[in-house]
Amino acid sequence: MKLDVRLFAQARELAGAEHVSVELPDSSTVAALREVLAAQFPQLAPLSPNLLIAIGTDYASSETVLSPDADIACFPPVSGG
Amino acid sequence: MIELTRDTIDYTTLTESVRSDQAGAVVLFLGTVREMTAGRQTAALDYDAYPEMALAKLAELETEARDRWPVIEVAMIHRIGHLELGEVSVAVAVSTPHRPDAFEAARHLIDRLKEIVPIWKKENFTDGTTEWVHPGTTPESGETGN
Repeated sequence: MKLDVRLFAQARELAGAEHVSVELPDSSTVAALREVLAAQFPQLAPLSPNLLIAIGTDYASSETVLSPDADIACFPPVSGG
Repeated sequence: MIELTRDTIDYTTLTESVRSDQAGAVVLFLGTVREMTAGRQTAALDYDAYPEMALAKLAELETEARDRWPVIEVAMIHRIGHLELGEVSVAVAVSTPHRPDAFEAARHLIDRLKEIVPIWKKENFTDGTTEWVHPGTTPESGETGN
């Protein structure tokens, strides 16, 4: 399945894109997505141990299973305030 | 009231919005852009957000506060975009019948906001360098509330 991932903050800056597209086997988990992102976008390496994945408006855990229509975002730890 | 804005935060109006005859206590927290962080001089900050998720998480925080304290009203507003020194980046106002609850709820809301609401800031230092602030990867910085 082809997944569209929105990037924010430093992740967006390092990748040089607001969206990236990744190809994963059906029913892959967030852990698999992290691996593919790291392999496909080595420029994210400085952040990769800390990158967070959200599906819709919720944080996803590594075990979360992805679906092709998921609204996926990837970003560094938040700092707000 | 929960809002993200590119405009100057009117914290007087925000504070008024939580006042009520039932509320003996009103606490307002303002995060403001600070000049000095660990010996480095900040010229300005840039805030980025994932707006849909940030609004959803702020709403969750309001629910969380209402579950834990006898909150009468909550208002939270966060700036995004470019902020100069001294500008207010975030305002949290809470009203409760009595003072300890208002202080505790306001403290909880701003602390949790910084943990879970997808908003990020980038320091623009006076030496011309920039640096994203990410907990765990760089020193905490940016505003007086840290």
